[in-house]
Amino acid sequence: MSTTEILFFFLTALAIFSAIMVLVSKNPVHSVLWLIAVFFAISGHYILLNAQFLAIVNLIVYAGAIMVLFLFVIMLMNLNAETEPQKHIWMKLAGAISGGCFLMMLVSLVRQASELNGKTALMAEGNIGLIKNLGKALFSDYVVPFEITSVLFLSAMVGAVVIGKK
Amino acid sequence: MPIQYYIYFCLTLFSIGIIGVLTRRNAIIVFMCIELMLNAVNLLLVAFSKMHYAAGLRQDPATSAGIDGQLFVFFIMVVAAAEVSVGLAIIVMMYRNTHSVDINFLNRLKN
Amino acid sequence: MSKFVYLVPLFPLLGFLINGLGRKSLSKSAISLIGSGSILVSFVVSLLIFFDVKANGGSVVTLFQFIDTDSIHIPFAFQIDQLSSLFLLIITGIGFLIHLYSSAYMHEEASPHYARYFAYLNLFVFSMLLLVLGANYVIMFIGWEGVGLCSYLLIGFWFTNNDYNYAARKAFVMNRIGDLGFLLAVFWLLSKLGTATYSDVFAQVSSLSSFDITAITMLLFVGAMGKSAQIPLYTWLPDAMAGPTPVSALIHAATMVTAGIYMIARSNILYTMAPATQTLVAVIGLATAIFAATIALRQNDIKKVLAYSTVSQLGYMFLGLGVGAYTGAVFHVMTHAFFKALLFLGAGSVIHAMHHEQDIRKMGALKKYMPVTHITFLLACLAIAGIPPFSGFFSKDEILTAAFSKNPLYYFVGVAGALMTAFYMFRLYTLTFLGQFRGTHEQEHHLHESPWQMTLPLIVLAVLSVIGGWIGIPEVFVENAHSLEHFLAPVFAESAKLAGQEHHLAASQEYMMMGGTTLAIILVILFAVNSYKKYQLSEEETTGVSKLLENKWYVDELYDAVIVNPLQALAGFFKNIIEKSGIDGLVNGVGKLVGYGSRQLRLLQSGQVGNYILVMVLGMVVFILIWFNDAAIMQLLNKIF
Repeated sequence: MSTTEILFFFLTALAIFSAIMVLVSKNPVHSVLWLIAVFFAISGHYILLNAQFLAIVNLIVYAGAIMVLFLFVIMLMNLNAETEPQKHIWMKLAGAISGGCFLMMLVSLVRQASELNGKTALMAEGNIGLIKNLGKALFSDYVVPFEITSVLFLSAMVGAVVIGKK
Repeated sequence: MPIQYYIYFCLTLFSIGIIGVLTRRNAIIVFMCIELMLNAVNLLLVAFSKMHYAAGLRQDPATSAGIDGQLFVFFIMVVAAAEVSVGLAIIVMMYRNTHSVDINFLNRLKN
Repeated sequence: MSKFVYLVPLFPLLGFLINGLGRKSLSKSAISLIGSGSILVSFVVSLLIFFDVKANGGSVVTLFQFIDTDSIHIPFAFQIDQLSSLFLLIITGIGFLIHLYSSAYMHEEASPHYARYFAYLNLFVFSMLLLVLGANYVIMFIGWEGVGLCSYLLIGFWFTNNDYNYAARKAFVMNRIGDLGFLLAVFWLLSKLGTATYSDVFAQVSSLSSFDITAITMLLFVGAMGKSAQIPLYTWLPDAMAGPTPVSALIHAATMVTAGIYMIARSNILYTMAPATQTLVAVIGLATAIFAATIALRQNDIKKVLAYSTVSQLGYMFLGLGVGAYTGAVFHVMTHAFFKALLFLGAGSVIHAMHHEQDIRKMGALKKYMPVTHITFLLACLAIAGIPPFSGFFSKDEILTAAFSKNPLYYFVGVAGALMTAFYMFRLYTLTFLGQFRGTHEQEHHLHESPWQMTLPLIVLAVLSVIGGWIGIPEVFVENAHSLEHFLAPVFAESAKLAGQEHHLAASQEYMMMGGTTLAIILVILFAVNSYKKYQLSEEETTGVSKLLENKWYVDELYDAVIVNPLQALAGFFKNIIEKSGIDGLVNGVGKLVGYGSRQLRLLQSGQVGNYILVMVLGMVVFILIWFNDAAIMQLLNKIF
């Protein structure tokens, strides 16, 4: 087993475990922390795939900005395990079963799909995930969507302010 | 790495996100589960991008096939950031009005 | 001239529109001018057409296609021939006199009602003209319905009185029953021959089976029964007295009731080819003639007596039609129009003078107060009783002679009816004009002769009643003097050919019959005058047959008991049981079921976002299952079905 494979399975196990912990934790603050762990694991996957730019952006935007925002909001509301609203046990069961069905069905679909046999993702090499190449594509082919995202951000900002001030 | 592994992994993460949405009543946790689902998709996009790159590399050493997938991930992150800012603002407002983040309070659809 | 025939019905229609729409703003004199003037113009045009037809024969004028489909073509066409031109003269001529009379008679009405009255009257004349002029049964049916409607409107003219409204409704319903028969006959014709145009129908009539002809003529006769008030549909006509008196004159003399006669005379070929129907027509006509005459013997309302006499005279006309004496029937229509219009207008004059008192027991001795009315009324009575040389004698004699050659029984029953006619007419005359005055002093004080608008039509009609019969002098008196028969011969030529040569009675026998009848009638008249000359008002209850007659044989009560009440009970049953529990239950049940189902389904919509997402995920699962396993599912379905 190569190092890459070991790292892949380790990160996968970490991500799935952390994701389950996000659900299981009673305290919302713990959930946030576990989610940050998931994001770190996913960033690790990005690095394995040699998508360095996305790995960094994922850490900065998600684990950094967004999750801090979540944490900030939770603490602002003073939420904790005691105030956590609980669903009825049957509803929880129904949700888990239907989600499980969903997973099982998609997995069985992928197992049936013969087109995927022999396809591999290039690990630890290939330079399309580098900032240089992405930047070139972003500012040439994708310059218009990129500029439009700035408008989206502006409107999101205005929206957040308006809603927050009400 | 066979692409199926990535697909299974991402499906698992995505389904965990769905189960979270279905089983939790805390609006913030639900929101976090949605972020989880987004990230699962992001990872799969990058994996596919590298798959296409590997396929393209066999014909042309200087190819940039699959770069669109990574750019999509970038845009998804951008949109997710915007979404989170507005969504959290809404949750804060809801908390201010009801002193709760229980999504069962949001049953206005009934009437 | 014939191509201007559309002017004849056009003027009354214009009069109807102007008077009907301008009833709020027109003055009374303008209204009566428009109302009467339009009919006068029509009369002049009719006169021109009449002489044109007399010189050049008839024609058919097509105005436009009325119903134009692949298989059925019904043109809006006018039939101009001897028969219709004669009827045009009767309708517009007598119609004009009645309009003129009405302008004085109805003068007490408020201006809008006065205009409404004239509008209805014009529409009535218009409908009747359409009926007579139509060149096919469909156009005739339009007029047929039109006169039914107008009679309803005019009988119920004083609509604030509920009894009058009931009378109007009764007339309308009775007419509807007849109209249904007429309509079925037209449909039958259309389905068998594909045409309703007279000339086509009469040309193809020999291709019909005898059953079809009999059925069609029977159904047409049902229509005629309703319109011309024959047994069993006659009860509306006496009740139609609820309308203003000139309206009664119009209904009884010029329009409406003659429609049935006209229709059968028009369809004479059909009837000649259906002997069974002819017999039925004759029997019904005779029965009506005698039955109505008995009722008229004991009626005390001046208009009721005249009404029953009309029913009776119509019976004679049907007798004439039934025995194939079409000319005689049309002749009697004409003379009857003269003297019956005169009688009604005279009665109207009396009622006018008596301040709407109609009971003849409370009249008497009006001779000295109303000389013109008296003289004209007397002439009309003589005419209807059948005294030569007044008009009624010739026409009635012609019908009775034809009846005798068909079946002597018809003749004797007919003569009995004629004797009764003489009796009740002179009972009416004596009670009204002779003896002594039996009304109140106030009424006596107000007695006066009517204005010229009322007396002029009386005089004109009196002259016509006297001389009107001279166009149909029987062969036994003067050779070839029956000018009406020669004039109408083309219309009835086919029937005459089919019926074969009538065997003429010996001149001596005919003289004897005429002489005997006339003598008997004169005796009856003298008897009637004598017995009622000294009449005094008494409160005595009548008994026995008189009471039966006074109550009109209880026919109305019989109809109530046999038809109206069971129908109402049935309707009540349907309304209370079937409608309420059956239909309402079904309808409400469906409504309740839907409401209940919706209330149950509503619970699915909890409004909780979580539930919706759960259902969405399950939906996705099912969707993907189906999407990626469609082949397997199809196999499964094929195995099951």
